[in-house]
Amino acid sequence: MENQKNIIELKDIFVSFGEEKVLDGLNLSIHDKEFITLLGPSGCGKTTTLRIIGGFLDADCGEVVFEDKIINGVPSYKRQVNTIFQRYALFPHLNVYENVAFGLRVKKLKENEIKDIVTDMLHLVNLDGFEKRSISTLSGGQQQRVAIARAIANKPKVLLLDEPLAALDLKLRKDMQKELRRIQRQLGITFVFVTHDQEEALTMSDRVVVMNKGKIQQIGTPQDIYNEPQNAFVADFIGESNILDGVMKKDYVAEFSGHIFDCLDKGFDENESVDVVVRPEDVDIVSVDKGMLKGTVTSVDFLGVHYEIIVDIGGFKWMIQTTDECFVGDNVGLYIEPDAIHIMKKSEYSGLYGDYSTYSEEMDHLSDIEPEDDDE
Amino acid sequence: MNKKSFGSRVVAAPYIVWAAIFIIVPLLIMAYFAFTDANGVFSLENFTQIGRFKKAFGLSIFYAIIATIITLLLSYPMAYYMTKLKISSQRMIMMLIMLPMWMNFLIRTYSWITILANTGLINKFLDFLGIGRLQLINTPGAVILGMVYDFIPYMILPIYTAMSKIDNSLLEAASDLGSNSLSRIRRVIMPLSLPGVISGITMVFVPSVSTFYISQKLGGNKDMLIGDAIEYLFNTGPHYYNIASTLSLILMILILICTLIMNRFSDDEEAVVV
Repeated sequence: MENQKNIIELKDIFVSFGEEKVLDGLNLSIHDKEFITLLGPSGCGKTTTLRIIGGFLDADCGEVVFEDKIINGVPSYKRQVNTIFQRYALFPHLNVYENVAFGLRVKKLKENEIKDIVTDMLHLVNLDGFEKRSISTLSGGQQQRVAIARAIANKPKVLLLDEPLAALDLKLRKDMQKELRRIQRQLGITFVFVTHDQEEALTMSDRVVVMNKGKIQQIGTPQDIYNEPQNAFVADFIGESNILDGVMKKDYVAEFSGHIFDCLDKGFDENESVDVVVRPEDVDIVSVDKGMLKGTVTSVDFLGVHYEIIVDIGGFKWMIQTTDECFVGDNVGLYIEPDAIHIMKKSEYSGLYGDYSTYSEEMDHLSDIEPEDDDE
Repeated sequence: MNKKSFGSRVVAAPYIVWAAIFIIVPLLIMAYFAFTDANGVFSLENFTQIGRFKKAFGLSIFYAIIATIITLLLSYPMAYYMTKLKISSQRMIMMLIMLPMWMNFLIRTYSWITILANTGLINKFLDFLGIGRLQLINTPGAVILGMVYDFIPYMILPIYTAMSKIDNSLLEAASDLGSNSLSRIRRVIMPLSLPGVISGITMVFVPSVSTFYISQKLGGNKDMLIGDAIEYLFNTGPHYYNIASTLSLILMILILICTLIMNRFSDDEEAVVV
């Protein structure tokens, strides 16, 4: 990773729209040929970051570096990046062929070259034979593919994707995720992907950049982000987590929920207060006498693959995913392996997340449906 | 169509009555006069007379084409410029464009006389500068100016509407694909604003070709346009009603053909008239 070449570097980028700070000192290096995802809730600045790379927006201050050259102020039509827009932005007055050929015609390529490239591109996105179709007759998924073909026909060094799958239904979205990965590997170009869907980010990316409030919260591989979240925001945003107040007694020993646990973390001060993350799938339900912690089951949901149960332990509601059946009112014990415990430094997000006492399925789904973003 | 609710019929009824009395009936009356002689007997004689009005027809069409072209050349950049402004400024300019339309068309035309007359505003100013007077009124230029002035809102509005409907993301996409601003205008804005242009051309050409009054007041009645001819014939007396109706009918058919041809150019499925 370390010796990889950076194709794009963003240095100390600040952007505000009026009073509102959209990007707050953003620093990001994008490696050549990687699939990197900017992930975060609405208004976190991820689309703004993309628009700065694309040249649609100027940063108030900071440097945008592309292949070791500063490109602040270079207009988008002179940049070697192409974009796939949120709602595709296909040209309604042109058919599929002409849409894909648009950039090539601007470059004044010869007609037979254009034909070859367009044919190749439509083949790459599985739209052979769609040349003469008008845009309005295409389904969302097909329009999506035309948008991809149109962007990569120009052989960009970097492809920017602004929530391209947000408008597709679940099944199609899954297919397109694989498809985009395949295209990225096949072409060997850098993809910068923006999404608010954490699952999408984890499945597709080489690296994930978790953003919130105009700041980067964590950069890392999907595994790093999931297993070693840096703060309570990341732990909560990526997957489900129980986040508890704890104290680091010494290296490899932590205390939380009134019990001393062995863990694998070190490098904290003695008796430093910390946030402790335990993923719901890492907790074992055992009988009360064998449990490290004891509590009462307050809710049980059957989700097919597993049960999602809420256990009240001294007022803190734990979420646990288990294949063992439990019933509301059961007294159970919890058993937690040392490697299931992850310790984080305290941050501005401490205490905001990770307790499931106000948890409701509906709220969770509502916060998922926010495709609109922070542009303009 | 055939299964309309009672409610919608009731709502539509006044309009249908209105259309019948003021559109269908006059058209029938016009057709009746066109195909009869002064005694009310069926006759095609009127149609043999129209050769005398060849020049008026030709001139009307010629003036209307010139006026439409000038209007288009002025309106297109104007509409484009408007879409680039803040919304509040766009509204302001719209107001200014609409404002003269609230005044009577005859008064607006009349006001040009005071500007263009030999002792009018412009010539007084030229006198003051010592350049000497120019013949402005009673020229073909004045007639065309009058048409452009009167009908330019009908060109700007549909073009502006079509342009402001163009999604900004399309322009960003074009830019992303390597188009500079000129190329964006040529490849995206022009084709997507075409329906507005077609609509504007129709809405300016049609009233221009059938206009009267403007040519009388600003053109000094030197060249009679077809609208003036029709008005003159009707004013002369009842025995000219037949030939006047025939001219009207032919003019209407000409306009209809022009409109159909224009609509051909726009492949937009939506109604072209805004």
